[in-house]
Amino acid sequence: MKKPSLASLLLGLVPFIAICFSVPLWDRIYPTVFGLPFNFFWLISWLFLTPVCMWAAYRLDVHPAKHPTDSRGGHP
Amino acid sequence: MTGAVIALTAISIIIAIGAFVAFYAGARYKMDLEQWTVGGRGFGLILVWLLMAGEIYTTFTFLGGSGWAYSKGAPVLYILAYQPLMYVIFFFFAGQLWEVGHKHRMQTQPDFFRIRYGSKYLEAFVALAGVAFIIPYLQIQLTGLGVIVEVASYGAIHRVPAMLISFTIVAAFVFTSGVRGVAWVSVIKDILLLFTALFIGFAIPHHYFGGIGKMLTALAQAKPQHMVMPGSTPNLGHSWFITTVLMVACSFYMWPHYFCAAFTARSGDVLRRNAVVMPLYSATVPLMFFVGFTAVLVLPGLTNENLSLLTLVRQTFPAWFLGIVGGAGALTAMVPAAIQVLTAATLFIKNFCRPILAPSLSDHHVAKLAKATVLFLTALTLYFAIYRPASLVSLLLVGYAGVSQFFPGVIFGLFSRRVNATGVFAGLVTGVALASFLMLTNRDPFKGLNAGFIALCCNFAIVTAATLLRPAALSEPTEAQTVPV
Repeated sequence: MKKPSLASLLLGLVPFIAICFSVPLWDRIYPTVFGLPFNFFWLISWLFLTPVCMWAAYRLDVHPAKHPTDSRGGHP
Repeated sequence: MTGAVIALTAISIIIAIGAFVAFYAGARYKMDLEQWTVGGRGFGLILVWLLMAGEIYTTFTFLGGSGWAYSKGAPVLYILAYQPLMYVIFFFFAGQLWEVGHKHRMQTQPDFFRIRYGSKYLEAFVALAGVAFIIPYLQIQLTGLGVIVEVASYGAIHRVPAMLISFTIVAAFVFTSGVRGVAWVSVIKDILLLFTALFIGFAIPHHYFGGIGKMLTALAQAKPQHMVMPGSTPNLGHSWFITTVLMVACSFYMWPHYFCAAFTARSGDVLRRNAVVMPLYSATVPLMFFVGFTAVLVLPGLTNENLSLLTLVRQTFPAWFLGIVGGAGALTAMVPAAIQVLTAATLFIKNFCRPILAPSLSDHHVAKLAKATVLFLTALTLYFAIYRPASLVSLLLVGYAGVSQFFPGVIFGLFSRRVNATGVFAGLVTGVALASFLMLTNRDPFKGLNAGFIALCCNFAIVTAATLLRPAALSEPTEAQTVPV
């Protein structure tokens, strides 16, 4: 199996930024969304958005030939 | 019939069904070491998903999650944060790990360290550390089981006989059916857990406040400081959150039993597709928090935070329903406990005793001795659970911080050909020692940072420095060379 490509690693970094490093930005009660405090709403939405990012990363790594711009995809 | 009898009958029926399925699933296969530990390496997408989900949703999620929401408030969000992120990390190394495991017929985590780094002492150290870190984790499940039966019997059955009975069943089904039996019990457990979590997560806030949103609004007005970090704690703020989430997300698949799960799959692709969809399974976790938050308003002043969910269920619903929740909780403790004890026993015999004490042992004898070790480890854990309950939480934190120290050795081992065994060994020993020291002397969090995270950074620094100073020669004639990079 090939090493993960740079593009898929960047896609994997997105949930880390959203869920982990940006905590001071979203750790608040207001505005509430659907009755949920904002911090709960934010993390719950990322349970659904993380699979979207990783699905894209999966597609990228399974068909690297379709993305010739990624220099590390083909020959490790 | 009294409430206690009804509730306990329901729990017993659920456990009996689980035990029957485990025995039946295992009985159809001949139990050699390969079948017992990695299910013959033939698990497809669904069975791997069940096995991983079954291992991940432990008593801690069920009782601990609601308990933390009850006593600590917003810091409980770290659970919701590390769960999707650990699958992201797993996604990137699962394929490589499976490939190496398949090629070299690896069954355990220390197998990986021996084959990649060519050192039986590294293998034995990893095995022993793994067993030591699993025991407190096992103890959590055992204590959870005791709590469930105690609450469900309205105090009639003491937790010690309760733990004794349930762990006899766990040991019995590990003994006879191995990893395949455990995977199928997960089916029952997951259906029950999903049903109970969805139901009580919506029904309890609705019963007392008319809905989750209204309950949270009431709580945000009554105790706003409980709903943002550091919640009702003095020191669990944002820096603690970031370092803890990173440390746990790295260490999760370093638990020897989760690491092994990667070898049960039919292909690396099965693992990666699992990693993509697994975060969805965490969607029931916030419901457990909402039950804990309801308890803040409805049942203030509980002395044992772990009882908040079950006490609230007992107060709100009829006895038979308490029995179903208790049964789901009991299986939630027993499935991971079975996996943990199975892994620990195999590590102890195969990767510690065999290379160091008795190199001539055959696989057949390893399987036999490992089964005997299951009984020994179960008894040992029972002893700790009964006589050393106080040190439990601190031990679990040491466990997490401890297994995270395997991470650099695994990642460098999979992705770099230059890393050398000495550097990995030195980093591992330093990391384990530093993490244990900071944890056991109550220095966690250390200056607002997670202690395990600090140890992990030192470990990484040592491995990196050793690799840069003395890179392993690419032509070195070890097995490491055959590891695909």
